[in-house]
Amino acid sequence: MLALTALLAGCNTVVLNPSGDVAAQQGHLVVVATWLMLLIVVPVILLALLFAWRYRASNTKATYKPEWDHSTQLELVIWAAPLLIIIALGALTWITTHTLDPYRPLDRIGEKRPVSKDVKPLVIEAVALDWKWLFIYPEQGIALVNEVAAPVDRPIQFKITASGVMNSFYIPALAGQIYAMPAMETKLHAVINEPGVFDGFSANYSGAGFSDMRFKFHGLSDADFGAWVAKVKDANQKLDREGYLALEKPSHKDAVRYYGSVAPDLYGAILNRCVAPGAMCVDQMMAKDHATAMGEDDANCTPEEAKRRASVRALLQAKQQVSRTE
Amino acid sequence: MTTDIQTLLLGKLSLEAIPYHEPILVGTFAAVALGGLALLALLTKYRLWGYLWREWFTSIDHKKIGVMYIVMGIVFLLRGFADAVMMRAQQSMAFGDNMGFLPPHHYDQVFTAHGVIMIFFVAMPLVTGFMNYVVPLQIGARDVAFPFLNNFSFWMTASGGTLVMISLFIGEFAKTGWLAYPPLSGIQFSPDVGVDYYIWSLQIAGVGTLLSGVNLIATIVKMRAPGMTMMKMPVFTWTALCTNVLIVAAFPVLTAVLAMLSMDRYVGTNFFTNDLGGNAMMYVNLIWIWGHPEVYILVLPVFGIFSEVVSTFSGKRLFGYASMVYATVVITILSYLVWLHHFFTMGSGASVNSFFGISTMIISIPTGAKIFNWLFTMYRGRIKFEVPMLWTVGFMVTFVIGGMTGVLLAVPPADFVLHNSLFLIAHFHNVIIGGVLFGLFAGINFWFPKAFGFKLDPFWGKVSFWCWQIGFFFAFMPLYVLGLMGVTRRMSHFDDPSLQVWFIIAAFGALLIAAGIGAFIVQIGYSIWKRKELADVSGDPWGGRTLEWSTSSPPPDYNFAFTPRVYDNDAWHDMKSAGFQRPTGGFVDIHMPKNTGAGIILAGIAGVMGFAMIWHMWLIAGVSFASLILGAIVHTFNYNRDYYIKVDQVTRTEEARTAQLAQLA
Repeated sequence: MLALTALLAGCNTVVLNPSGDVAAQQGHLVVVATWLMLLIVVPVILLALLFAWRYRASNTKATYKPEWDHSTQLELVIWAAPLLIIIALGALTWITTHTLDPYRPLDRIGEKRPVSKDVKPLVIEAVALDWKWLFIYPEQGIALVNEVAAPVDRPIQFKITASGVMNSFYIPALAGQIYAMPAMETKLHAVINEPGVFDGFSANYSGAGFSDMRFKFHGLSDADFGAWVAKVKDANQKLDREGYLALEKPSHKDAVRYYGSVAPDLYGAILNRCVAPGAMCVDQMMAKDHATAMGEDDANCTPEEAKRRASVRALLQAKQQVSRTE
Repeated sequence: MTTDIQTLLLGKLSLEAIPYHEPILVGTFAAVALGGLALLALLTKYRLWGYLWREWFTSIDHKKIGVMYIVMGIVFLLRGFADAVMMRAQQSMAFGDNMGFLPPHHYDQVFTAHGVIMIFFVAMPLVTGFMNYVVPLQIGARDVAFPFLNNFSFWMTASGGTLVMISLFIGEFAKTGWLAYPPLSGIQFSPDVGVDYYIWSLQIAGVGTLLSGVNLIATIVKMRAPGMTMMKMPVFTWTALCTNVLIVAAFPVLTAVLAMLSMDRYVGTNFFTNDLGGNAMMYVNLIWIWGHPEVYILVLPVFGIFSEVVSTFSGKRLFGYASMVYATVVITILSYLVWLHHFFTMGSGASVNSFFGISTMIISIPTGAKIFNWLFTMYRGRIKFEVPMLWTVGFMVTFVIGGMTGVLLAVPPADFVLHNSLFLIAHFHNVIIGGVLFGLFAGINFWFPKAFGFKLDPFWGKVSFWCWQIGFFFAFMPLYVLGLMGVTRRMSHFDDPSLQVWFIIAAFGALLIAAGIGAFIVQIGYSIWKRKELADVSGDPWGGRTLEWSTSSPPPDYNFAFTPRVYDNDAWHDMKSAGFQRPTGGFVDIHMPKNTGAGIILAGIAGVMGFAMIWHMWLIAGVSFASLILGAIVHTFNYNRDYYIKVDQVTRTEEARTAQLAQLA
């Protein structure tokens, strides 16, 4: 085990030595949980080897009790020992699963470095295409293929979706992965604490071009980030809806591409599968379905029922507005 | 007009479906064809066709069906392992400019086929084979509850497996990964026949698995020898019962989810598509609601094998029988409450993820208790290190490591960084090889003398064990490391050259495992050659403790001339120590089921129907479906299904046995 630990320290185990606070906590958890379990695994392995040796048939000096098959105390220990470990690990799991929930906005960017209330996260919209990644920066109004960057120590909020098939968005140095799925949005909150260039890729097999579905993630100082945004803006390319439909077509090993401007709400259209002209967006369709299900026409029902329907409609409407302002 | 007829008869199938431009496949085909022809020629030369048909293919004897399942599992192991070697070779060379020898189109089929074959057509037939062979003998029964159904189940499994094999040479297999997640497996992204091969082979084999589950549950519940209460059943029978309960409850979910996927593909429904309200997350949930219990379907009977082996070779009663049984039942129930841990990364809330993470960890408590029970069975025993016991100790040392990494993956935030990585691959091979496969090899070495009347050669058995054991560590420990380096699964090419050394070590491990498989084949061949020297006349070569060791090896068709009476959970050990005398007279006619060709014929028709559906040959599909139903109905009118083994024949068999035992003494 020690040899293994030494070996691991010697090579580039990004999962255990990442550069972002979220990944660092996750890596730390891997180590803590492993030690906790070794408490029981190591004795079991040693006992298995010890008993196998000590009670070998040729060792006639060892006690032999062929009818002994029960001991209440021993069985209590047998059940209690793993139980205790699992209680400890279960508590750890409950807490860390909540604190490291990828949907939860960050409240720290490092140990004893809380995020102040007025800091807004940098929003990056990530789209998994066949077989490349599109990143859109709504605040900056830029977009890129197969490259993404963020300033050091600023919380990032990724909004993630996909065009056709399932992928998984993963930058091991930054934070754990989350699936990218068509017509659905997943979220990931993370922060990078060191400048540098890090690997990112899809971690869920998605077809022929999967192996090359990789990109670089740049951790930059604030100044460098500003310069980087300016550089992308200087690329006078615009990503409009037709451009996206061409980009969406399957391709392998795509070079990095910069777009200085992006069509408004392109990400929303991708998420709701209505980039193509004339396509109805999923959210509109759902709103319409709701309305139909609730019955637009209240003429035939009792006044109480009509009142109930009206209140449900109002509620739905309010909900939609909230989700839009978010 | 001709094209219409062609489409009606052949559907999408044309000469273009034959992959003659792929040298690897052409070479494989040549080898398979030559080997197959040689086998056919030999069978014809030695006039074995009639023998095979009468004594094996149409047999409803649970022992022969069990053996056929195990032979099938071993044949498919060779195929599945060939896929593994190709993957290890590809990943150890495809760095930088070197693209390796497998393009993604081929590589993606290889890893899909590897997973499907190893789970459905290696592990499942082997496990089912053991349950078939051993359970009726252990409970003192003459056969399973529904002997014809048993034969039919086997042939359905074989029929599904045949379709996977055919996909190698006609068309292609799925390029989706072994669980075929949509939308990738939907018609839009996988328009080829690969996914259809996947669907139909699993649907047909699934019928067999489900029916054999029903059969074994009925057998265990209804056909135990008098005196064998539930808490006196041998542990292997207990695990078999729990496994079959899992099969009966879980496999219909697989059938349903694959049916929905095929409707999406064939008739344009939208269960799992991206548009019109389809949702792929539903598929992922459903397939794992089957898929997680499936893991326990494989491992529970193997836990049973280890229990039998440990107590037999330690010369000691199993420690904590009752807690062993409770642990098995608890695992059975809990295995339904953990499926979501396969996709923590799909965006569920923290509370949902923690629930499934913690429920997963809880399974390690009964599993841990089992390990301790085996440990304390060895404690104060007299351990004979025969080959089955070696596999068992190897299992205990190896499996706990896999269990530990499994619990680690059950912690959602840890899973976020390790999910889909080679760490995960290492974990499940750690438990499936170190658990299931080691147990199956222990079982083969343990029960082989019962089935054939001679032991397997211990030298080659030990060679095989050590090659597997060491090969396993070489092949999979590097994958743990690679997983921690953030390397993901299913990659056919890498950019970072610093990773290569780990893949080369893993490939070396695969070579050691290949040597282990080779030694196993040699072991069987050598043992057959030396069967006189290795013969076991006693029927009880290991000092066994359960009823199967009370019979001759191989047991007579009717297993037991008189149904034994059971007083203890180590029934045969109890009989031996109480000075049991074999009855030598007073025999009566024995009522037995008759062989029938209906199973193989119906399953053959099902295979044709599957093939026709895959290639959209609607006419053939329709006709074969109709004849399948018709055949099943016609078979129900066959009233000539049983016969009596006459008392004089029983007497002859039993007297021969008496003489054999007398000679031994």
